[in-house]
Parts: sequence; structure tokens; C-alpha cells
Amino acid sequence: MKVSYFPGCTLKNKAKDLDLYAYKSAEALGVTLEEIENWQCCGGVFTTANDEVATKLSSIRALKYAGDKEQPLITVCSACHNVIKQTNYEMQTNSQFADKVNRYMANDGTYNGETQVYHYLEMLRDLVGFDTLKEKVVNTLKGKKIAAYYGCLLLRPNSVMRMDDPENPTIMEDFIRALGADAVVYAKRNECCGGYISVESPESAKRNSNAIIENAKANGAEMIITACPLCKYNLVKNGADIPVVYFTELLAEALGVKEDTNA
Amino acid sequence: MHNNKYLQEEIIRISGVNPSKCMRCGKCSATCPAYDEMEYHPHQFVNMVESGDIEPLLNSESLYKCLSCFACIDRCPRGVQPAKVVEAVRLTAIRKKGANRMTADAVPAMVDEDTPQQLLVSAFRKYTK
Ligand code: SF4
Ligand code: SF4
Ligand code: SF4
Ligand code: SF4
Repeated sequence: MKVSYFPGCTLKNKAKDLDLYAYKSAEALGVTLEEIENWQCCGGVFTTANDEVATKLSSIRALKYAGDKEQPLITVCSACHNVIKQTNYEMQTNSQFADKVNRYMANDGTYNGETQVYHYLEMLRDLVGFDTLKEKVVNTLKGKKIAAYYGCLLLRPNSVMRMDDPENPTIMEDFIRALGADAVVYAKRNECCGGYISVESPESAKRNSNAIIENAKANGAEMIITACPLCKYNLVKNGADIPVVYFTELLAEALGVKEDTNA
Repeated sequence: MHNNKYLQEEIIRISGVNPSKCMRCGKCSATCPAYDEMEYHPHQFVNMVESGDIEPLLNSESLYKCLSCFACIDRCPRGVQPAKVVEAVRLTAIRKKGANRMTADAVPAMVDEDTPQQLLVSAFRKYTK
């Protein structure tokens, strides 16, 4: 299976692991990630105002590129995924906005949100299947107690993301179990770490992040996994004394392809 | 604290929110992770826009405390979407000439060797026009 892939700016820089392991693991599962040519940064946060057009064009170009190739669009970073899915939803549901965009991008023809967008985790669940994934595991993570940290952007707003139950999600826990490990369920897994507030008020990011780490640990977690480079940064910077790793790294380890990435 | 009809209409229009749907239950503020940092809380944004009390919001630091976590959107029992009101007021404030809150010159002091690009990109998206 071939899919279009939007890596995003952070995955090409500080979060290279997230990117590399995503490629290698997909390959091991029979999926080829085809990076979108000349993709542009999505901007990190979706601007909800309906009169904002320019800030949404980079997402629309990526969506249209995948659409023209008749491929689903896969993202790994929680933030990219959020921005691109919300933008696509706006193209589907706000005809005034879609018309403005299509006229602006005249040479590109029209686009009305036809492309299917999947987060990598959704790709594993819906296109590959967790049962298939389970069969491909060579290094089982049996006995490891792992806590999934969803944060906010993966699940919300639910009316648009449609990924999982936003208050009682299971996709990351099912992923952890497919790799043979024990999933630690804890209350704060879908609360925000503070995100970009750490540039202005590091103390408030610290408070939010600490509460998440303590809650995971109190429930027995030995490791936290995340899909978001900013979540990882905030948790690590704010005193996580258990490893915080990208879910793709864990995946690569379980699939036995981590070594040859040498990252 | 004058009633600013034009701004009120503009904020309602670009947010797409109907503030009169709010039943003042306070759930949005109760769930907001930035609550302690905010002078005006999400439900107050909704209620003050409804009454046309826009100026205090435009000048409030609260605008820059919202994390865009969308918790208030998902947890509002009336589907009001308070975060969209906060965003519309914030845009109205920073779209003014000279109102950018962050400049590129300030970046080096804010980063360490692990800072992900996403952090800066997101902060610029929220604080500047
Ligand atoms: S979410 Fe992130 S890393 Fe990804 S492109 Fe968008 S801003 Fe850049
Ligand atoms: S960085 Fe924090 S703000 Fe972002 S998705 Fe992760 S939890 Fe939310
Ligand atoms: S989106 Fe903003 S206002 Fe709403 S709960 Fe999150 S931080 Fe609070
Ligand atoms: S949760 Fe919704 S209904 Fe309740 S106060 Fe907030 S905006 Fe109003």
C-alpha cells in the first residue's frame, strides 16, 4: 500500500526519530510512505476564525497533492494532524471558505475536502489492523508497563477528529497491547501539557506537565509514549524521571527495525 | 466599558459562535487548563461578547493564555465552542498594527537545544500576525 505522507517541520529537525522510525516501521508493515513534494509547515495551531485563509493554504496544498494521487494523507505529529484535519473539515463544510480558497488557488483546480486524512495511529488501526501488527512483532515488550499520553490535539475537537472517544480513548492502549506490553490507563492522559505556553510561562507548563507525569507514575507507568514533539519536550523538560518516547520508536523496537535506523 | 456593537458583530461573525446559546454552567472554565492564568475565563469571554463588553477582553492578558487545547469545545454541553470566541478576540487584538506580541529577535532567548520547531511555530501563530 502506498500513502502520501506529511512529515512536518519538527519531524525533519528536532524530532527526526519520530520520522525515521515511522518510515522503517511502515515499511515492515507493507506500507510505503511517499513524502509530499515541497510540503510547507502547517503552522502548528489551527486558527478557528472563519475569515483566516492564508494560514490554511499549506494544509490545503498537502491535502490536494494526496487527493490528486488518490492516496490517503498520513501524518505523525499530533499538531500537524490536528491542523490538517480541521482544515479539511472546513473545506468540506464551509462552502464560502472553500470557494475563496479555490479561487485563490485557481491554477490548482478545485478541492472540497475529498482526501482522507489519517493519523499514523489510525493508519495502524484502520488500514493495517492491530491484529496484523501483533503478528509482525518480533521483540515483544511483554511485561513493560506503558502509559499513553494523548494530550489534547490528537482527540479534539472530536466532531472533527473522529479518532476515538475523546474522554475514554483506547487507540493508543490497543497499540501498546498489540506490541505485547501492558497499557497503563490514567486520568490525565487526555489533558493538555501546556503546549506553546512554555515560551511565555514555563511555570504553568511545568504545573500541567508535572500533574500528568505524577498521575501516570502513580498508576504504575514505567514509560510514557506520545505522538507529539511538543508534548515530549514539555514532559521531559519538566522533570519526567521515566522515559518519554515517541510511539514510533516503540513500534520500531517491537518490529525489530530500530537497530538498522541507527538514529 | 462602552458597548461596541461593531466589534461584537465582527467577533460573532468570524468565530461563528452564537453566545446566546450559553446557559452559564461554567463547565468550560472548570475544564480549562489555563484557568489559573486567566483574568477572564472562557465562560466570561462568551458572556461578555454577548453583552458587547469587548474592550476589557481586547486588552486582557487572558487572550494569550489560551492553549488551543479545545477542551472547552468538547466539554460544553450546549455546543457553544468558547475557544472560538477567545480566538476571534485574540485575532482582533493582534491584527492591529504594532500589536504583535512576539518578535523574531526574542527567539534566541526562548530556546534551548531541545526546543522543537513546533513550539516556536505555534507561538508565532498565536502571538503574531
Ligand atoms: S505540526 Fe508541527 S511540526 Fe508539524 S508542520 Fe505543523 S507545525 Fe510543523
Ligand atoms: S503539546 Fe500539549 S498542547 Fe500539544 S498536543 Fe501535546 S498536549 Fe496538547
Ligand atoms: S481552548 Fe483555551 S479556553 Fe478552551 S479550555 Fe483550552 S485553554 Fe481553555
Ligand atoms: S460550558 Fe458552554 S454553556 Fe457552559 S458556560 Fe461554558 S459556554 Fe456556556
